[in-house]
Amino acid sequence: MAYVAVKGGERAIDNAHAWLAEARRGDPAVAEIGVDQIEAQLGRAIDRVMAEGSLHDRGLAALAIKQAQGDLIEAAFLLRAYRTTLPRFAASAPLDTEAMQVRRRISAVFKDLPGGQVLGPTTDYTHRLLDFALAAEGIAPPRAPRADVTDETIPSVNAILAHEGLIERDAGSSGEEPADLTREPLAFPAGRDVRLQALARGDEGFLLALGYSTQRGWGGTHPFVGELRVGEVGVEIVPPELGFAIDIGDVSLTECQMVNQFAGSRSVKPQFTRGYGLVFGHAERKAMSMALVDRAMRAAELGEDATAPAQNIEFVLYHCDNIEATGFVEHLKLPHYVDFQSELETVRRMRADADAAAIREAAE
Amino acid sequence: MNVASGYNFAYLDEQTKRMIRRAILKAVAIPGHQVPFGSREMPLPYGWGTGGIQVTAAVLGRDDVLKVIDQGADDTTNAVSIRRFFARTAGVATTTHTAEATVIQTRHRIPETALRQDQIIVYQVPQPEPLSRLEPSREETRRMHALADYGLMHVKLYEDITRFGHVSISYDYPVMVDGRYLMAPSPIPAFDNPKMDRMAALQLFGAGREKRIYAVPPYTSVRSLDFDDHEFRASRAPHACLLCGATDSYLDEVVIDDQGGRMFVCSDTDHCEGRRDGT
Repeated sequence: MAYVAVKGGERAIDNAHAWLAEARRGDPAVAEIGVDQIEAQLGRAIDRVMAEGSLHDRGLAALAIKQAQGDLIEAAFLLRAYRTTLPRFAASAPLDTEAMQVRRRISAVFKDLPGGQVLGPTTDYTHRLLDFALAAEGIAPPRAPRADVTDETIPSVNAILAHEGLIERDAGSSGEEPADLTREPLAFPAGRDVRLQALARGDEGFLLALGYSTQRGWGGTHPFVGELRVGEVGVEIVPPELGFAIDIGDVSLTECQMVNQFAGSRSVKPQFTRGYGLVFGHAERKAMSMALVDRAMRAAELGEDATAPAQNIEFVLYHCDNIEATGFVEHLKLPHYVDFQSELETVRRMRADADAAAIREAAE
Repeated sequence: MNVASGYNFAYLDEQTKRMIRRAILKAVAIPGHQVPFGSREMPLPYGWGTGGIQVTAAVLGRDDVLKVIDQGADDTTNAVSIRRFFARTAGVATTTHTAEATVIQTRHRIPETALRQDQIIVYQVPQPEPLSRLEPSREETRRMHALADYGLMHVKLYEDITRFGHVSISYDYPVMVDGRYLMAPSPIPAFDNPKMDRMAALQLFGAGREKRIYAVPPYTSVRSLDFDDHEFRASRAPHACLLCGATDSYLDEVVIDDQGGRMFVCSDTDHCEGRRDGT
């Protein structure tokens, strides 16, 4: 009987998993890809998965990418599900990104500035022509020129502008432990710490589109890239039993300081406002989008009309998380026959009522 | 630690369970009120029942007997998957028999067999906010609940009646709990709503993605929203189950050919099998 066909979920699941494993491996005549190869050669994928998975671990990110067959949202989900099982030891001291070991640092607002412009390993000026030489394996790239590493601190553009009072100053640390979305549910009004955490974990595509929308007039912020820097930063924690900071390792970060339209009032002289982006790994598109959206969400705080999607804090925060979004969108493929059945009965009843009414009208 | 899994009993660590239990206690104390909780990322996707799974994990003990249903059935793929998850991480006994279970996790149905005082039913909830389709902002709906300002929902029902002659909501039909809070019963068919009223079992609701837990304590009034002159009416397909002949159970409609052929069978598979076995 037909009804039997919808039974047997248990065996179906086992078979599906077996097929998935086979599909993941692909043609066995082709060498299996190593996690080390993914980690070394698919760096931008690793960066994205670490950022959206909220876990700085290149090795685990590589494993997740392999397991997810290169589906980066699925990979970020794997990292998140792992991350949630880890104990939380401490909140770090505020990172000192001026002490970043930069491999790239550019400013779009000053031609030259202390620390200089450092292009680094960027695709910005590559011509997007498919490089067929890459299809042939075993050709080593020419060695890039070396320069001496300096450990000088590179002041941020904001610090430079702040000398003249031209830009909002850093608020400085409140000393309070920042909120953590992964432990406490989102509540409104949401503080900037919560907003920035949500954006840092948020979907790159969603933030890109929202940031882009502000540039097209949906909540414009008149942005300039004050600076964008990419590199390694030391992370420090202050264990209460020690009372002083210890370095627990480095993280790769991309930081974007966006300089935005000025605001002022009778009591505050006109000054540029700021949007901020900070993302794990090398993720310029994400950091810039984050800075645009962060600034857009400050509209109400800065006395601007908040009418565009990017300025609506609740809208942005509830929808930027791609693990939540993909779950709820994709859950539509789970069985809904009970609900659909009740809708069917309701629609049938309404149609019958409509028919009966039509007959009554015709009779009158 | 447990069953070769390397994870804590029922997957979640004890701290997290304690946080969830606190939310559950608060929810039981304020029937129908949505309590925000620090929902964790689970190894199953949001939308698959992460809220229900967290609630079940927090209430499950070693001696519990767990039943998991989806669309009323124990053998739908997601029910199988969740039951396996707990069999693996908690090693608890599982059953498909409603009467044998101490904890029942469900998606979209309430079993036909009346539940007892020594049972807990855990609902998976996709959208805990009953006002969400009328007012998208949670900041606003929170204020509406605080003021018991449910006029918007009454207007919606009234408009349905003037337009269609009936309320057009057929599942997730809003209920008033203990005369105070408007509550989403989760997407169960409206047919199941009357079972919630003064139910002997504790009813717990978990929404993982939306990070809310709410509850209906045993023997609490749960009234489907209606008007004096337009009373709530539970409806089902007007047929008898082809397998067990039941005329009072909720039915699945199964398409058997491409000529408009249909058959109707109980959605609650355990109920149907029990009737056929004569138990």
